[in-house]
Amino acid sequence: MKLHDTLSFSFKTVASYRTRSLLIVLAMALGVAAVVVLTALGEGARRYVVNQFSSIGTNLIVVLPGRAETAGGFPGAALGETPRDLTLEDARALGHLPQIRRYAPLNVGVAELAASARLREVTVMGSTADILPIRHMKLAQGSFLSRGKGTERSAQIVLGAKLAEEFFSQGNAVGQRVRLGDRRFLVSGVLEPQGESMGFNSDEIVVIPIHYAQALFNTSSLFRILLETKSRGDLASAKDAIREIMMRRHDGEEDVTVITQDAVLATFDRILRALTLGVAGIAAISLAVAGILVMNVMLVAVSQRTSEIGLLKAIGAPSVDIHHLFLAEALWLSLAGGVAGFFLGQFGSLLIRLAYPQLPAWPPIWASVGGVAVAFLTGVLASLLPAARAARLDPVQALSKK
Amino acid sequence: MIDLSAISRVFHMGDQDVSALAGINLEIMSGEYVSIMGPSGSGKSTLLNIIGLLDRPDSGRYELDGKDVTDLSETEQARVRREKIGFVFQSFHLVPRLTAAENIELPLILEGVPPAERRSRVQKALAGFNLGDRAGHRPAELSGGQRQRVAIARATILRPTALLADEPTGNLDHRIGAEVMALLEGLHETGTTLIVVTHDRELGARARRRIAMRDGQIVADEV
Repeated sequence: MKLHDTLSFSFKTVASYRTRSLLIVLAMALGVAAVVVLTALGEGARRYVVNQFSSIGTNLIVVLPGRAETAGGFPGAALGETPRDLTLEDARALGHLPQIRRYAPLNVGVAELAASARLREVTVMGSTADILPIRHMKLAQGSFLSRGKGTERSAQIVLGAKLAEEFFSQGNAVGQRVRLGDRRFLVSGVLEPQGESMGFNSDEIVVIPIHYAQALFNTSSLFRILLETKSRGDLASAKDAIREIMMRRHDGEEDVTVITQDAVLATFDRILRALTLGVAGIAAISLAVAGILVMNVMLVAVSQRTSEIGLLKAIGAPSVDIHHLFLAEALWLSLAGGVAGFFLGQFGSLLIRLAYPQLPAWPPIWASVGGVAVAFLTGVLASLLPAARAARLDPVQALSKK
Repeated sequence: MIDLSAISRVFHMGDQDVSALAGINLEIMSGEYVSIMGPSGSGKSTLLNIIGLLDRPDSGRYELDGKDVTDLSETEQARVRREKIGFVFQSFHLVPRLTAAENIELPLILEGVPPAERRSRVQKALAGFNLGDRAGHRPAELSGGQRQRVAIARATILRPTALLADEPTGNLDHRIGAEVMALLEGLHETGTTLIVVTHDRELGARARRRIAMRDGQIVADEV
């Protein structure tokens, strides 16, 4: 029997048992769709988190004072010492590293903002012009802190979108004078609304030059130094160089902590990938169930069509042809189920994306392909036993069965 | 053509051994018309199944067209069955979901005949068996006589040398049964070896050579 004859003959058989075949295809399709939709959800969650991290920059290195030891706590604290502070000079030294594209020292505090007879407490970020690209912030109006020598000493302030709206609802914030703490500032720009990013709402902050911030909070040390490398590949070498420089500047002691955003991101990425694999595995169980269903139906088909098998043998079909015919039937069923499930899953993922636009629930290609492949494989595996049973039937007994 | 020597076939029924065929020696020439008669349980159907290579003897030797086919592999036996033997059954054994034409086409598919040639051969067979207007009908939509004609068309589509019929008129009324027998005998006249198993004396008497069986043995062989 020729291969295409086997395939077309078994296709006609499958098509002629319409209800039975539709039910099997449905079971298979639901299994595949479950894999596709659940992995789409997991992958969507992963991408959501990665996007959140990317909004603060993936080439970002954060230097903070003090050494975080995972074992034994902070050694300086035990000896009653305070770690050396990070200073603007430290920041400048790190900023000259060849791997670093730009850097921004950072001080954060809380102060009262007053303007047009209103008053509220705001989070103050003291930094330089480069904080804007490093934190991926965007300006809605006006200009950001100006760059260049000396200009960092001009009393500029940039308002978060929500603050600008609260204080100057006419949208005329730029050029207005405000009071922050006990100093007067000129509003140079307003940030674009960005919403919350990693629990930090940049719509309710103000940004001022670092020197003003240090004066305002009466400190000469820095809260953080943010550094952006030229590429992701530079992260590791930049990290080592930063440690080395800081050790040299701090009398041979390694008393700063260097964190890459990349490392945190990689951890989240791993966790969520594992989660996606987990739900895919759970969904795959339904595929196994569908496989058993295929086996059951094929076994019933063999006993229903016993006399037909006997006849095929009597008119000269060798066992191997019978075997192939039943395998081909299972193949069609699982192929139809797999393909139907693929589209059902894509449709389900589309519905999720429509319902939750912020969740990029695109099913990963491996899940779509894998789901269909596993459906195919379980279907064929499940039909091995029934097909072998059909092929083994004794023709005389099979013919005598009604 | 068919040469059986010392063929035995034993069935195990529980703890009892039933000897269906006990040392059968039989030679059938090409182009003969043979009837095998006997009461039920006499072993006549088992003999037919062994001649048709559907069943294997427990001992003895079977030569078909001068070739020993006793120990052929299952696949080789299937090929011999396809090429040399046509079966006609009492209950027709048509595949219910296939049309008359598709039922007749089955052996051609198994043989691997290309589709275009299949179609023309099936058309010819349908016309030859006066089934031209029934090609698209399923077995359930056919009369008993038409069903058996479809079955005979299927059995002969690959031009076998021997046609084995097991009670071919058993499910048909007298008049239709006679028509079917006339059809089979017509095929015999074109050179096909015809072996008919029946317990109907009248039917058996039509054959030129009449074999009678009892308890797994040939008790009479008249020409």
